[in-house]
Amino acid sequence: MSAVRALVAVVAVSLALVLQVSVFPHFAWDGIVPNLCLLVVVGAALTRGPQFAAVLGFVAGVALDLAPPADHIAGRWALALVVVGYVAGRVRQDVRPTATAVVATVAASSFVGTSVFAISGILLRDPSLGVGELLQVIAVALLWDILLTPFVLPPVMAMFRRLQPDRSLA
Amino acid sequence: MARERRWRGNLDDLNRPSPALLVALVLACLTLITLDYRGGSDSPLEPARRAAGEFFGPVEVATATAVRPFTAVPHWFRSKDSMQGDLMALQAENSRLKGEVNRQDYDRNRLEEYDGLTAAAQSLGYSLVPARVVGLGSSQSFSSTVTIDAGSDAGLRPDLTVVNNDGLVGRVLRVTRTTATVLLIVDSDSVVGGRVGRSMEVGFLHGRGVLGSDGRLDLELVDDTAVPAKHDTVVTWGSQAGGPYVSGVPVGEVTSVYSSLRETSQRAVIQPFVDFGALDLVGVVVPSGTKSDRAVIEADGSLG
Repeated sequence: MSAVRALVAVVAVSLALVLQVSVFPHFAWDGIVPNLCLLVVVGAALTRGPQFAAVLGFVAGVALDLAPPADHIAGRWALALVVVGYVAGRVRQDVRPTATAVVATVAASSFVGTSVFAISGILLRDPSLGVGELLQVIAVALLWDILLTPFVLPPVMAMFRRLQPDRSLA
Repeated sequence: MARERRWRGNLDDLNRPSPALLVALVLACLTLITLDYRGGSDSPLEPARRAAGEFFGPVEVATATAVRPFTAVPHWFRSKDSMQGDLMALQAENSRLKGEVNRQDYDRNRLEEYDGLTAAAQSLGYSLVPARVVGLGSSQSFSSTVTIDAGSDAGLRPDLTVVNNDGLVGRVLRVTRTTATVLLIVDSDSVVGGRVGRSMEVGFLHGRGVLGSDGRLDLELVDDTAVPAKHDTVVTWGSQAGGPYVSGVPVGEVTSVYSSLRETSQRAVIQPFVDFGALDLVGVVVPSGTKSDRAVIEADGSLG
């Protein structure tokens, strides 16, 4: 079961990555696309807790860092998504999260994730962008992620729940 | 704390990650960052990048091919097949004519000054490998890179010039068997040697790292007394051995000029000719006679 779960999670992350790179640029706003990998990690965090989500965040982040056309310093998205998986996983899990709670978690996660990535870039002097531009990108990415939440989070969360029925709290 | 634990039972185990695991993950991330940061261009992560590219590259190509009919639907509705053929032919001709006009100053100067030495001689004999953009790096990653569906099988290698109908697109960073990663000239890491067509002054074009409609380049001229005029065209001046950029490719036109007393050089803002938000078909400049898995467009326009 555990191997199946890991496999399904990796497939979900790969699918999200490919959609993010090859399909969503057609709808992008100034090159900013919804961060589907982040949404999958948040979905995992809300159903399976911070430990699983942090590991999945690491896997998704490394994939984002290495798969073409990525060219930034590797490990930056990995760090951002580990933090996202941990933070989103700390949301209470004894009750099934309400729609509002899910949207709020996605918003917070998107903000934290993109910000951690941007700050690591500033520390490493990777991009030479102004703070204003960084904030604009973070804000647009946040809007995109919230917009995609109703379409991505329910199936992802249902999938992770089904994979672990004994721990499911439904 | 104890009561809390009793209340939540084994839920607590689920909700509390082991600190050791978290520390290990964060350390792993920091290790990756350090390795890649210190390594520079021959970073130990390049093999991993290549492996990821070999796996994700074909998947990206397949996905982009699968969705292409759907993204082309609005286009298809606008014009019938035959009209679309005419339209594309006219667009291609228009782009070619625009390119000629944009290079006119440069060409005249080149003839007058007879300075078409080695770089120009090389630029006469190049061929193009056609490729399509199959993946775009998101702006959240703050780098402007794209994946194209031609790799080492098509005769590509790092540091080749990538152009399209309108002008300079960028250069190849790394290749896998079937795909290549291209650094766009608007990326903040990108530096291109540029020449103002009218005055033949040389300078360096720096990307601003902004994609989309306000993607601009900054031109810094080497000679601080030279002032480029508005609407002057900038072309590449090319580096030795034709790499990474071949010479004489139109890059963009001057939209505004800044000069400050403190800075020792003039700075001009360049609007690139290429629309980086809507990149699709591009050509990679390869030496004539390159072996490729697809038809190569030779310098005289024939297919080789």
